[in-house]
Amino acid sequence: MKIDLLLFAQCRSAAGRSALPIDLPDGAGIDDLWAAVGTACPALLPFRAAARVAVNRAYAGLDARIRAGDEVALVPPVSGG
Amino acid sequence: MIRLQPEPLSVDAALAAVASPDCGGTTVFIGTVRADADTPGGRPLRYEAYGPMALREMERLEASIRERHPGARAAILHRTGDIPIGEASVVIAVAAPHRDEAFAACREAIEELKKNVPIWKEAP
Repeated sequence: MKIDLLLFAQCRSAAGRSALPIDLPDGAGIDDLWAAVGTACPALLPFRAAARVAVNRAYAGLDARIRAGDEVALVPPVSGG
Repeated sequence: MIRLQPEPLSVDAALAAVASPDCGGTTVFIGTVRADADTPGGRPLRYEAYGPMALREMERLEASIRERHPGARAAILHRTGDIPIGEASVVIAVAAPHRDEAFAACREAIEELKKNVPIWKEAP
């Protein structure tokens, strides 16, 4: 399934774009997501340790699964307030 | 009340939103942009947000404040875009039956917001 991975802040700067199209199997897990990110945009891999993954506007647990139509985003360390 | 907006924030609106005849104590936290390394040359500080998720996280935060502090009411407002030095980036107002809860809940709210809400200051 094709996912448009939303990128913000440091991730957007590193990738040079605000959305990254990636290809994932239905039911992909977080590891699968990062594997696809590494292929599509290696400049994002350094964010793996610090960025959280959000699926459908909520932080994803480590056992999260991504389905077709899900909204997926990388959330680098936040600095609001 | 939850607001995420580019327009300047209104402390009065936040206070009006939480006011209640059952609440005897009200606290307000205002975060303002200050002159430091993030604002070289006195330039505004730019905030960006993952809007829909930021709103959702702020709503969850408001709900958790009400759950952890029975009787408390919270207003959480955050501004986006370019914010000049001296202007508010965030306003949190909490009204509670008594002052202990009002102080504690307001503190909790800003700490939680800074940990979890997907909003970023842009590096200069």
